[in-house]
Amino acid sequence: MFYRELHRQRKRIRLTIFALAWGTFSIVILLAFGEGMNRQMKIANKGLGTGIVIVSGGQTSIPYRGLGKGRTILLRREDVELLKNKVPGIKYISPEGEHYANTLTLGRKSFTERVIGVYPSFEEMRTYYPQEGSRFINPVDLQNKRRVVFLGTEIARRLFESEDPVGKSILINAIPFLVIGVMQDKIQNSMYNGPDTDKAAIPYSTYQAIYGDEYIYRFIYMPEDISKAGVVKKDVYRALAAKHKFDPEDTQALRTWDTIEDEEIFDKIFLGIQIFMGIIGGLTLIVAGVGVTNIMYVSAKRRTKEIGIKMALGAKKRYVLLQFVSEALMIAFIGGGLGIALSFLTVGLFKSLPLEGDVADLMAHPVISLDIMALTAVILGVIGFLAGVFPARKAATLRPVEALRYE
Amino acid sequence: MSDKVSVMIRLNGINKIYGAGEIKVEALKAIDLEIEKNEFIGLIGPSGSGKSTLMNIMGCLDTPTTGEYYLEDRNVETLNHNQLAEIRNEKIGFVFQSFNLLPYATAFENVELPMLFMGIKTKIRKDRTMELLDKVGLANRAAHKPNELSGGEMQRVAIARSLANYPSLILADEPTGNLDTQAGDEILAIFQDLWRQGHTIVVITHNPNISERAQRVVKLKDGRIENNGA
Repeated sequence: MFYRELHRQRKRIRLTIFALAWGTFSIVILLAFGEGMNRQMKIANKGLGTGIVIVSGGQTSIPYRGLGKGRTILLRREDVELLKNKVPGIKYISPEGEHYANTLTLGRKSFTERVIGVYPSFEEMRTYYPQEGSRFINPVDLQNKRRVVFLGTEIARRLFESEDPVGKSILINAIPFLVIGVMQDKIQNSMYNGPDTDKAAIPYSTYQAIYGDEYIYRFIYMPEDISKAGVVKKDVYRALAAKHKFDPEDTQALRTWDTIEDEEIFDKIFLGIQIFMGIIGGLTLIVAGVGVTNIMYVSAKRRTKEIGIKMALGAKKRYVLLQFVSEALMIAFIGGGLGIALSFLTVGLFKSLPLEGDVADLMAHPVISLDIMALTAVILGVIGFLAGVFPARKAATLRPVEALRYE
Repeated sequence: MSDKVSVMIRLNGINKIYGAGEIKVEALKAIDLEIEKNEFIGLIGPSGSGKSTLMNIMGCLDTPTTGEYYLEDRNVETLNHNQLAEIRNEKIGFVFQSFNLLPYATAFENVELPMLFMGIKTKIRKDRTMELLDKVGLANRAAHKPNELSGGEMQRVAIARSLANYPSLILADEPTGNLDTQAGDEILAIFQDLWRQGHTIVVITHNPNISERAQRVVKLKDGRIENNGA
């Protein structure tokens, strides 16, 4: 009997189910793409490395102990060794030397690429993670000035195409190097001098021997404990100020890129985006809720006469209510389920789209939040339920003659 | 049916007032009426005389403003919402002028409804439904919906429905009002048969033939009983 009634009212029910499904779908999809974008941004941020500080020499801006301002501070490898020994709380530290316009040759193929000289700890700090079956520069390479090279993903692709580069020899400026590793592909949204996938890394000792650089371009360190990053930074500054004779308060003497501070800022932006998405989601939910309420309310009103007939024939209040409750529950169930199914379908479809580049990096990874999905479906269901049951309840408490009079 | 109780309906000083203050309408004024079991009453009167109001009160669809209503010696005033529903379900069968069939349900389902509310077992319910449709000559129309039936057929479905739970009292509010003369006469004939079978029947009607069929004709005017036909 219930089924027959539902069948008869299928237009109204279709509308309600659609409103519910659409509401659930909009919110879930909206938040799925928002969350996906946030996650991708976080991953991309990790491309450079997290919890690290990148330091290079600057120019003094304050006169100090008889030395004028405008002095260029040049850093050396000894500075890195000094910090390693003198400043507590540094987990990793590595100098970085860099030369562009190097000719990398494999057979007849030749490309001009950047070469950097680093310590083994560079791997962890700057996420130079090796692909399976390969490795990054190790301490023995460094100690023995081995001519080994770790290739960025893109370089490996250009030189070797589909071939496995590990164990093969290439020429860097006509000097043979053994390829020990290839970087895992990574997305990176902040960088200096180009993406890491376009760089070739060799041990710093080898680098120094070949290029003869007296000064390092920069050094990178990672504090042991992020909460004490401020103290470590001050200690680093003070140690270098003493060595190079500049004012420890002179912020121009060293140029620092502090990803730890950046991350705090990014977290705030991230929170802002989340609040924004939450507000949009909430508004969508209200719109959907109003739609569902409207349909359920109008239909329950319209069915007052039907309730009157049933009461005249001796239906008790609970029978009338049971019908409306089961109907509302069924509608909520189907509508919510449909919305959820539609969301999964859309997300699946989006993930399978052949998108490339930055758009794909940010947009092609929507993440469905089960919590939000369940919450949305439940809220809309409850709204629809109440909107359907309350007018029915009211109709069922009328005297039958009043309900019957309703057209 | 207990033999001790021979009175089906007793109305004592029934008043029904709609609205309040300036727009107050006194639909029924000091109605006293007794209806015995197995009477066939025709209730007549001009429109606005309070016929339908009286019928609604007798059918427990409405409550009087003041006065007492005893249905088989039970004071209806003391009953709650659910008990009234039970009385309507078990004791009273309604036939309305506008049929009041559920539009989306078949004739069969409409007739079945009061038994569904009573909780009759499926097998018994289905058999009884067929039997009732057969009784009003519509067994072959069981699967039809109201909009596929003629007015006379719809009213016969409504009558079959009113008989579902073997009611002692059948109330019909202008059952022939929407029907042509022939169909109206057929419906009245059915009521006459039901009366002969032992039902108590109250019919509101404008049909002049009612006096030929009914045992007693009660005439209402301006909310008062002008003639109780006794």
